[in-house]
Amino acid sequence: MKIINCPLNGQRNAQEFVYGGEVEPHPNPHLVSDDEWASYVFIEKNLSGKVLEWWCHVPTAYWFIAERDTKLDEIFKTYDPSKIFKERIDFLPPEDSSKKTTESAVNNMHNTDSIKKNTTEGNS
Amino acid sequence: MVFGLLKYGLNPRFHPKEFIKESRDLKPSYDVVIIGGGGHGLAAAYYLARDWGITNVAVLEKSWLGGGNTGRNTAIIRSNYLTPEGVEFYDESVQLYKNLSQELDYNILYSERGHFTLAHTDSAIRTSRWRAEVNKHLGVNSEVVYRDDLAQMVPLLNLSEDVRYPVLGALYHPPGAIARHDAVAWGYAGRAAELGAEIHQNTEVIGINVENDKVISLETNKGTVTCGKVLQAVAGQSSEVSRLAGFDLPIRTIPLQACVSLPVKPILDPIIVSGSLHVYISQSDRGEFVMGGSTDPYPRYQTSSSLDFMEGLMGHILELLPFMGELPVLRQWAGLADMTPDFSPVMGETPVQNYYIDAGWGTWGFKATCVSGKRMAETLATGVTPKILEPFALDRFRTFDLVGEKGAASVGH
Ligand SMILES: Cc1cc2nc3c(=O)[nH]c(=O)nc-3n(C[C@H](O)[C@H](O)[C@H](O)COP(=O)(O)OP(=O)(O)OC[C@H]3O[C@@H](n4cnc5c(N)ncnc54)[C@H](O)[C@@H]3O)c2cc1C
Repeated sequence: MKIINCPLNGQRNAQEFVYGGEVEPHPNPHLVSDDEWASYVFIEKNLSGKVLEWWCHVPTAYWFIAERDTKLDEIFKTYDPSKIFKERIDFLPPEDSSKKTTESAVNNMHNTDSIKKNTTEGNS
Repeated sequence: MVFGLLKYGLNPRFHPKEFIKESRDLKPSYDVVIIGGGGHGLAAAYYLARDWGITNVAVLEKSWLGGGNTGRNTAIIRSNYLTPEGVEFYDESVQLYKNLSQELDYNILYSERGHFTLAHTDSAIRTSRWRAEVNKHLGVNSEVVYRDDLAQMVPLLNLSEDVRYPVLGALYHPPGAIARHDAVAWGYAGRAAELGAEIHQNTEVIGINVENDKVISLETNKGTVTCGKVLQAVAGQSSEVSRLAGFDLPIRTIPLQACVSLPVKPILDPIIVSGSLHVYISQSDRGEFVMGGSTDPYPRYQTSSSLDFMEGLMGHILELLPFMGELPVLRQWAGLADMTPDFSPVMGETPVQNYYIDAGWGTWGFKATCVSGKRMAETLATGVTPKILEPFALDRFRTFDLVGEKGAASVGH
């Protein structure tokens, strides 16, 4: 895969693009359980075969969707995200949210240890 | 000498040593089935037999022994990691490696060279210092060295300040070593087979039967086998195989490339790594320079080599070791690395009972072959996860308790 067909810029060198992960439904963080959220954050399908993915053309900061085959290393279709995402999604907290969000903020503070561990600046 | 060779070669009494008996049919059932005949799976078979007397074991390998990442890696062995969990774990492996040739009665060409992780920025010096202190605290030999030390210790290294990324210092890890990777797989395979384990090549697992959250049997291209316990050790194919058992993993399969130069006489003793420049290099016992960098920019299940990789690698190699400009590249290849978000492995229990996993070895798992084989064997035999493996449980991705090893594992393997 040397050339990628960007829906905005046409055919460009693959080095101008970055991979942005699998397209998957983004759960509302206010409504899902911690387990579901963890799974959204970490777990991957990592399919061998046809996949639907986010890619970004870096020089123009333009995100789009690509259909790719991970075995053939071929992108066979690219399009603007509006083809899939028809309307704006706001992840609003539920009605009695003010209390819940503070609670989760507090929980987060307890978790800073593991967060720190994971964001240490490496030498790479 | 020629006659001597002919005499032995033609004498029917001097057979070449037969490592593994010829493939026979699969038995209908085994106490333990190991999926994947790479170093990890074979080591687990060996330690199951040696330490726990469990020999009704089959290793199922879809192609040939060590044909996965075990036979593709650049063979760097070290324990100068960043997290205490990582340092303790990898150091157990280094200790096992040191004696492995004797233990297996098979020369793995273990060669202690010293390992330098170059630092080109203040923040890299800071990480080196951090790693050195964690290492020393746990009894692992590492120290930070600076430019004048490097000038003496690695005279070939270009220490000019007139380059894009001048070298400021390095993390020096004297026990850093390389070994012959195929020999590790063959040695473990040979001894495991001697002790009674069966090794089946060209045998692919294509289905996994789970009832009431418990693994019952495996479907292979050579028929069905029922099994007591299963160990999955398939590196780049981890997600595809675990999906057969019904669960997904925090893993992306991303190719990692490497290459070797034409062989020359020994001139570079230590292993040189630069995390900032994403390159590493060592000279093998054959005289080839073995070189690599970080993974490809995106996931895929395909092992093609690219010019992009070679250009990026050589730009930096030439800056560090200008004489390399004289040497042609002989071979270039890739393997499928099973990358986790925290650059640490996934080992132990899974959501499926009696089904254990050894995965997430990404670009750093060759050095862990001994310890993971030994400790996974213990886990399967006792049903209890040993303390040294606890930090690497799959469950850590549910509790956000990751083992952030990126600073020490993303390059340099
Ligand atoms: C280019 C490169 C350089 C590296 N450099 C280093 C290094 O310097 N130091 C270091 O420590 N690590 C390094 N690594 C990482 C290291 O090679 C791996 O982490 C390690 O070899 C993994 O061993 P394994 O036994 O788990 O996997 P593998 O050796 O890949 O074995 C897995 C086996 O499973 C088999 N398999 C897959 N699916 C199935 C199925 N369905 N049924 C049956 N069998 C199946 C495969 O055929 C394969 O043989 C490097 C990796 C690469 C690619």
